[in-house]
Amino acid sequence: MDPSPETLLDLHRRMVRIRHFEEAAGRLAEQNRLPGFLHLYVGEEAVAAGVCANLDDDDQISSTHRGHGHLVAKGGDYGGMMAELMGKATGYCGGKGGSMHICDLDLGMLGANGIVGGGVPIAVGAGFANKYRGSDRVSVVFFGDGASNIGAFHEAANMAAALSLPVLFVCENNEYGEFTPRDRTMAITDVVDRAAGYGMPGAIVDGMDVVAVWEAASEAVSRARRGEGPSFIEAKTYRFYNHHGVQTLGMKYRSDDELEQWKQRDPIELFEDRLASAGVLDADGAQAVHDAAEADIEAAIAFAEESPLPDPDSLLVDVYTQAEYSGATA
Amino acid sequence: MTPPTDTEERRIAYGAAFTEGLAQMMDADPNVFVAGEDVGRAGGVFGSFRGLNERFGDMRVVDTPISEQAIVGLGTGAAVSGLRPVVDVMFMDFMLVAMDQIVNQAAKLKYMFGGKATLPMTITTSAGAGLSAAAQHSQSLEAMLCHIPGLKVVMPSNPYDAKGLLISCIRDDNPTVFVKHKRLLGLKGEVPEDLYEIPLGAASTVRSGDDVTVVTYGRMVHEATSAANALASAGIECDVIDLRTLQPLDMDTVVQSAQRTSRVAVVHEAVRFGGLGGEIASQIAEEAFDYLDAPIERIGAPFSPVPFSPVLEKEWVPNAEMIGERIRALAAA
Repeated sequence: MDPSPETLLDLHRRMVRIRHFEEAAGRLAEQNRLPGFLHLYVGEEAVAAGVCANLDDDDQISSTHRGHGHLVAKGGDYGGMMAELMGKATGYCGGKGGSMHICDLDLGMLGANGIVGGGVPIAVGAGFANKYRGSDRVSVVFFGDGASNIGAFHEAANMAAALSLPVLFVCENNEYGEFTPRDRTMAITDVVDRAAGYGMPGAIVDGMDVVAVWEAASEAVSRARRGEGPSFIEAKTYRFYNHHGVQTLGMKYRSDDELEQWKQRDPIELFEDRLASAGVLDADGAQAVHDAAEADIEAAIAFAEESPLPDPDSLLVDVYTQAEYSGATA
Repeated sequence: MTPPTDTEERRIAYGAAFTEGLAQMMDADPNVFVAGEDVGRAGGVFGSFRGLNERFGDMRVVDTPISEQAIVGLGTGAAVSGLRPVVDVMFMDFMLVAMDQIVNQAAKLKYMFGGKATLPMTITTSAGAGLSAAAQHSQSLEAMLCHIPGLKVVMPSNPYDAKGLLISCIRDDNPTVFVKHKRLLGLKGEVPEDLYEIPLGAASTVRSGDDVTVVTYGRMVHEATSAANALASAGIECDVIDLRTLQPLDMDTVVQSAQRTSRVAVVHEAVRFGGLGGEIASQIAEEAFDYLDAPIERIGAPFSPVPFSPVLEKEWVPNAEMIGERIRALAAA
């Protein structure tokens, strides 16, 4: 199915919003205005945007340490995100989670995750809940090529298939597990080969082509909604910045030439060329989307910086839920 | 919270009390389901889930692959999505396979998410030595779970508590770990037929005395009570406290008793070094040091893996005789 012009514009807007959030976060980190670790999604925008454009707010996703893009693509609020990155009380997690645990349960975003592969079984659990309730909701697991080497991934993928759960596994293969290239950590070239071992259909898509991602995800999400079980999509993509932060920490683990070649295929630039050729969005129109995102991000940074820090007395709040059991709720 | 004695007596086994409590919660709350290895068609390796699959179906009594991380993750994801899962990890030793999902995920999600997540999940498991199940099927690892903010941990010693604590765990909106002791599964006791709760964090005084406070839980309640009964004939009267819940700890009950008796022994089956006894002793020392007439006695298993051979295993597990000797010495100190 070809995406409608509305869908194309939606995909563009989601990617641009991710890019501007991440570039801003990178700048702030370089200026030492963000505490903690920062894993930027720049370069991989087409994956989150292409997948999440197929989801509603009540479909769930679980994310990774590189999770901002997934939340933005799911409709996350810049202000709450930026405040969380700054450790402010107004942040999505009240300043208790930070970049690696950013979440919005109202949008079905079940959290970034500091443990590689840790979110995979959780999204499978959400998928179980969807099936249990007889709903047509689906859950999506975003994970990297590195996470496909961890036990939790294999256990959860097998379980999703064995129980025929409405789950979509989206592998963002950016060719590096932290700083180590994929070909040093697995003997296969395509992570999707693993899907066959669990008896689930798999597809490889160009992760720099948002329409290709959208089409593959559309098919897999529809399949899950029909109750036909889990699918696997491997998106070949690349991160334009470092594993952590913007600079390379002085580590020379990939060549400038390789980076440059991938940047030639910047997913947003590729898509804007295509939108212009198709007459859907010209350069001025695209710029307007960028300008709007940049205005929003500046407002979000101002909001975050003006926001109060967490009250030290909140330290022990929310370790446990205190509510009394309110009886059975269907 | 002692078992009622004046109602019509109905005695069932500890394992059956667990099954009954679970079935009653599944009847009462459509969001409650159970998932784990062999819990469905097979009814559980210890029979703890017998009959549930036939009664509630495959969607509510779920046979899973042998995948502890995915089992706990299934519960976590279902719980944050609004269900009330009971996930079974067949042996407590196997919880170690799922430690990331238990400790880094389930226990912390609520806090990391600024309070927005609710995790009404119960992890059930079976612990303890005494079946010659050797070092990987016999451990008591509760101390490491109690160390984790976000988890609650219970270890019932009798059928009445097993049912009531399980119901409280399932109704609780936090990740709870319900630990059965394998050697207690056949123990019979009085269990009301109705659905009742035993509040989490409330200890029970199973025997009263003014000479020595004995703080214990799980299977060791029986060994300690047996020791205390024997000591009574020698004129030493023990307060035996069954903690029932280990996280949160009911230290009020313990400290009040310690202030009255001035002598305290803590008894658990788990390895003594780094065991819960250290935490309890330390808190007593902080709260009631001036009341104590003797150093706090810690009794637990020696620092070795659980051995296989029955003669070695018997030597490893604390028993009434050695507990009695240690308490007698404590009383004389």
